[in-house]
Amino acid sequence: MPKNPDIKKVLVIGSGPIVIGQAAEFDYAGTQACRSLKEEGIEVVLVNSNPATIMTDKDIADEVYIEPLTVKALEQIIIKEKPDSILPTLGGQAGLNLAMEIEETGFLKEHHVKLIGTTALTIKKAEDRLMFKETMEKIKEPCAASLVVNNVEDGEVFANKIGYPVVLRPAYTLGGSGGGIAHNPVELREILENGLRLSRVGEVLVERCIAGWKEIEYEVMRDSKGNCITVCNMENIDPVGVHTGDSIVVAPSQTLSDKEYQMLRTSALNIIDELGITGGCNVQYALHPDSFEYCVIEVNPRVSRSSALASKATGYPIAKVAAKIALGYTLDEIKNAITGKTYASFEPTLDYCVVKMPRLPFDKFISAKRTLTTQMKATGEVMSIANNFEGGIMKAIRSLEQHVDSLMSYDFTALTDEELLEELAIVDDRRIWKIAEGLRRHMSPVKIHDMTMIDLWFIDKLQIIVDMENALKRGPLTKELLAEAKRIEFPDNVIGALTGHTEKEIKQMRDKYDIHAVFKMVDTCAAEFEATTPYYYSVYGSENEAIETKDRKKVLVLGSGPIRIGQGIEFDFCSVHCTWSFEQQGYETIIINNNPETVSTDFDIADKLYFEPLTPEDVESIVDFEKPDGAVVQFGGQTAIKLTEALMKMGVPILGTSAEDVDAAEDRELFDKILEQCGIPRAKGHTVFTVDEALEAANKLGYPVLVRPSYVLGGQGMQIAVSDEDVVEFMNIINRIKQDHPILVDKYLMGKEIEVDAVCDGEDILIPGIMEHIERAGIHSGDSISVYPAKSLTPEITDMIVDYTAKLARSLHVKGLINIQFIVYQNQVYVIEVNPRSSRTVPYISKVTGIPIVKLATKVITGSKIKDLGYTPGLQKNADYYAIKMPVFSFEKIRGADITMGPEMKSTGECLGISKDFDEALFKAFQGAGICLPKHKQIIMTLADADKEDGIDIAQRFEKLGYKIYASRGTAKVLKEHGVHAIKVNKIGQEAPTLLDLILEHKIDLIIDTPENGIERAGDGFLIRRYAIETGVHCLTSLDTAHALISSLEHAFNNEDLTIIDIAKI
Amino acid sequence: MEAFLILEDGTVFVGTSIGSSREVISEIVFNTSMTGYLEVLTDPSYAGQAVTMTYPLIGNYGVCYKDMESLKAWPDGYIVRELSRMASNFRCEDSIQKFLCDNDIPGIAGIDTRALTKILRQKGTMNGMITTNKDFNLDEILPKIKAYKVLDVVKKVTCKEKTVLPGKGAKVALLDFGAKQNIAHSLHARGCEVTIYPAFTKAEEILADNPDGIMLSNGPGDPKDCGAIIEELRKLYQSDIPIFAICLGHQLMALAMGADTHKMKYGHRGANHPVKDLETGRVYISSQNHGYVVDEHTIDPSVAKVAFENVNDKTNEGLSYIGKKIFTVQFHPEACAGPTDTAYLFDRFIDMMKKED
Repeated sequence: MPKNPDIKKVLVIGSGPIVIGQAAEFDYAGTQACRSLKEEGIEVVLVNSNPATIMTDKDIADEVYIEPLTVKALEQIIIKEKPDSILPTLGGQAGLNLAMEIEETGFLKEHHVKLIGTTALTIKKAEDRLMFKETMEKIKEPCAASLVVNNVEDGEVFANKIGYPVVLRPAYTLGGSGGGIAHNPVELREILENGLRLSRVGEVLVERCIAGWKEIEYEVMRDSKGNCITVCNMENIDPVGVHTGDSIVVAPSQTLSDKEYQMLRTSALNIIDELGITGGCNVQYALHPDSFEYCVIEVNPRVSRSSALASKATGYPIAKVAAKIALGYTLDEIKNAITGKTYASFEPTLDYCVVKMPRLPFDKFISAKRTLTTQMKATGEVMSIANNFEGGIMKAIRSLEQHVDSLMSYDFTALTDEELLEELAIVDDRRIWKIAEGLRRHMSPVKIHDMTMIDLWFIDKLQIIVDMENALKRGPLTKELLAEAKRIEFPDNVIGALTGHTEKEIKQMRDKYDIHAVFKMVDTCAAEFEATTPYYYSVYGSENEAIETKDRKKVLVLGSGPIRIGQGIEFDFCSVHCTWSFEQQGYETIIINNNPETVSTDFDIADKLYFEPLTPEDVESIVDFEKPDGAVVQFGGQTAIKLTEALMKMGVPILGTSAEDVDAAEDRELFDKILEQCGIPRAKGHTVFTVDEALEAANKLGYPVLVRPSYVLGGQGMQIAVSDEDVVEFMNIINRIKQDHPILVDKYLMGKEIEVDAVCDGEDILIPGIMEHIERAGIHSGDSISVYPAKSLTPEITDMIVDYTAKLARSLHVKGLINIQFIVYQNQVYVIEVNPRSSRTVPYISKVTGIPIVKLATKVITGSKIKDLGYTPGLQKNADYYAIKMPVFSFEKIRGADITMGPEMKSTGECLGISKDFDEALFKAFQGAGICLPKHKQIIMTLADADKEDGIDIAQRFEKLGYKIYASRGTAKVLKEHGVHAIKVNKIGQEAPTLLDLILEHKIDLIIDTPENGIERAGDGFLIRRYAIETGVHCLTSLDTAHALISSLEHAFNNEDLTIIDIAKI
Repeated sequence: MEAFLILEDGTVFVGTSIGSSREVISEIVFNTSMTGYLEVLTDPSYAGQAVTMTYPLIGNYGVCYKDMESLKAWPDGYIVRELSRMASNFRCEDSIQKFLCDNDIPGIAGIDTRALTKILRQKGTMNGMITTNKDFNLDEILPKIKAYKVLDVVKKVTCKEKTVLPGKGAKVALLDFGAKQNIAHSLHARGCEVTIYPAFTKAEEILADNPDGIMLSNGPGDPKDCGAIIEELRKLYQSDIPIFAICLGHQLMALAMGADTHKMKYGHRGANHPVKDLETGRVYISSQNHGYVVDEHTIDPSVAKVAFENVNDKTNEGLSYIGKKIFTVQFHPEACAGPTDTAYLFDRFIDMMKKED
């Protein structure tokens, strides 16, 4: 069936800010789908609140709205743009939910807009627990015994009937939010109450626990004619019980015979057919390990994280094909873009093994529980490709960017055998390392299998890796042993450490024996047909099939690895745009990256894609083969930056700002010298080693002071100390790990934080705009609300900022991008930090100013001058609207994490509010971040003493809008004195009702809780904030944020309609 | 022990010997299925060939004898990237290593199967030798390798005598040219009484048994080598008994009715081949194993029309005979290994037989 001619203008809904459970994969899917639609001459209107995405570029869609994903905003966009169709299946659960919500209002019917791809009925059949169950019963597909409940009592009765443990799954939530396994009535009550609240429809599924069964997924496609194919299947190494997003996953399945494989495949096809899905769909199964019994766990009638993984694992572009299907094409009419010869109506076959590992945020949330459950916690993931499983897992481990390179990277030798066995029963992010420790102690694989329920095949593979560790330790390191160690992807440094050699000696040995990595192609068809897209992975002991290219200048673009807190999708945006710009300038582009969720690892972004770990050794193998003319590291975040030195040693010229200058910005002494030369002030500070020195320094500077180790990034380990006790405590924490560099004690200036991104060509600079943070300094810039254009700067201060930026960029000989953070304190500008590379705010500032700074920076890197690029150097003219970037957090996903803002970044994503009116922009930004008030019009305020004065105005304004204000004793007293009718509530532990009771009653809209500076000694505040988050109550910990919120609510109170802005027309 | 795979173009792959260490010359083909290695090994259509698995990890779930598609393994040789030392599955009875030894199948592991597949794709299916003798002399053995021909394989694989699978439904005569067990099983499971005849049974004998339908099976080798069988098929065509044919059976019926077949460059072997039902436009994913194909231009339009075609290379995948209750397919609706999307064809066949009443 050819394209449906009625479809001319399609609205695509994105997935909003990056949160745990909904990450970059939807930018990848959405971008691919938009390009696929445009290929067909369709006019694309895009809405997504996330400015860091590539899909919100004006080259991707025709009209782009970075607006909150709310029904109201969507209605207004539809009225303005008059699309004939909406494609709802590409924006993850958020996009799907929004499409359903607006469909239910009848608005779409009224405006003659159709949902394409998948109908509302299909979505309901798959998403509504009851309808899903009925549908599965109808086609005799088994589900675990389950019941949908909308109150706790029914849940208890049913759980008693089917027996504990039971699994609880709230309907319509993403990443399994609010779900979990209850082993007893107490846990049931706790999880169920919470789940009911988080579910959009107040429904939770109580289900027979099938923990321990194999978890298998199928990615299926279906077209309007009913043609069905499976793109691939995947097996979770961790059995059912761990969210697939947190599991180690292998593709294709490894332990299923053809009978089991086909049984589940047939089932998946039956399901997609019965649901009538047109597009992509993901079906998850639990398969009994000792029989053919299986249960359907879940069906996602949309593009998902797993489908992004399946696309990258097979080369089959699911989102692209799904978009074409939505337009009416059938699978046999769509070309397979990889081979260019065959069609989309076939099933990819792999001749390699793919391993995906989750990237978990426990390095940022130290207080959080590491246990993995049915609620996803990973912020991102890595994928590796090898021709054996051992190699796959070894490559995936070293791609994680968390200081691990082998199964020896975590030390569990201190545990007794009994303790180790106990630990094995707990699923956490370090379990495979614990299994390896067990195997080293000759624990029997069967015993490990009994504890973990991980299939023996996988345990045996880990045994092979452990055996290799032992063989290397024993020696001698023969050619054969070395070749075998490389075949299963032991990195040189690990081989060196085990055999008593240096990494360099191992490399020399490999050169001598000619043991080198070669590259194989991902082609969807196991070499049966010739492929045209150079998508490569490395293996040892095989023939090279990568094609040597020489005709154009080659540039290597280093990607940014897995999405993690502090290094998000923004850097993929930069990598992709830099690649496109190089391509426009006639370069051959080569991307190395290992993140399956990103646009940069799509098969048609660069001329060549190497899906590889980003370690010096892995990069060197590629460099040896490709011999690039240069590499760019300034766009790939810290992952790429840290490869600079290694690349230089390989003889690869670093394009743009030189490595020495990057170093100069990070080295305290060198940097201080530059500041001195430029006459730029920074907060006074000292370098110290001991507690005594620190105390002396702190007292000399006067409290508050910032205490932090040097040479760290993203504010890791940074604390604000307000007293000697704090200094002692922080110093002790920092010194727990031996410090090679001094510790910094700086005066903490509580001023206004300003951020600037600029392009510098070595002489001139171009500043697209100045951003100002709403929160005062001390909160990580990634966690602050950022306002463009800066609102409160005097012309003198602005000039000073521009002048300092120019001086710093020139002194550091920046060629490309530079990011600088300033503090404005008592009419003086101080420098906090300089990063001569791309930053988190680059996509945001590019979009809201319409100045493509990555493209400009890339041109500057290749020799253009800003003046030649059509721009007048210096600060560009302010836009005539405000664009506000709001951080978004995923605290509800991470049990036990402290949500207090501080110098260490905690947000996972961001959204944008844009308007000519400042307060409306704020309102939209808060809405985009999910803070949609009012609900019950009740708030709680508990303020630190220093904040009580400032809180009065906020309380008065909330009260004016009709909010009832509860407050802790001290806060209530101050508020009452100023005429606010605050209701005093007892602290936790005092007589009921306490603050906690109020929160748990679910009648509270918002908590404004500002913690005392320094370490909070009473756990009260921590408990309040955690409970708030876990019950879905918004919690603000900064009065600056609260001020902004009340201003935005006042605006919304007085203005019914939202104005919307097409940023493609900026 | 070291083993060598020597191709007729002189390419030598060095690997490790698996299974039997005896030397063998055969036609080298590749199969792209990711599961179902035992079904592949016991598919009689591989007689006379050595099969390369493109999926690199083989033997993961061991051997479950129930999954065999015939009583023994048929390929002359087996070529893999890696055999798993651990076989893990609740039905696993033996390791693949033991199975290869028990069946005396020589093989080679540890070679770059992707590089081999690319050679076969680019140059076409060719002969090769698997040997553990490292002192081979290429000049001497290449002519021998080139001279190898797949001959008389149907005779080798067909059953020796007639057997009956009792059933209460339609009586089906299954001509065993090297039938995979799941063909008989698919019919039997649908209630048919299945009588399996040796390949060279005379048409008269079959017709004398009064079957309600005739099933022509898959099998190995060049269909044109089966002149005697083709003669008998002409007679069966003349009867008005419904006929359903798979793979070699499909080719033989086409030859019997005047069409031609030719050898493909490297054939279709795998579990992911899309075939389109030209009547409905529906595409199905099918299991395939064939090196020869019916040339669609040689089909007399008054005799048969193309019912299925391959979506990728547009080759013929099935015929429907005009004015006859005869339909034949190139792919394998009985699956094993592979998807069961086209199993409905067995139902169609049974419906056809019912209308006979």
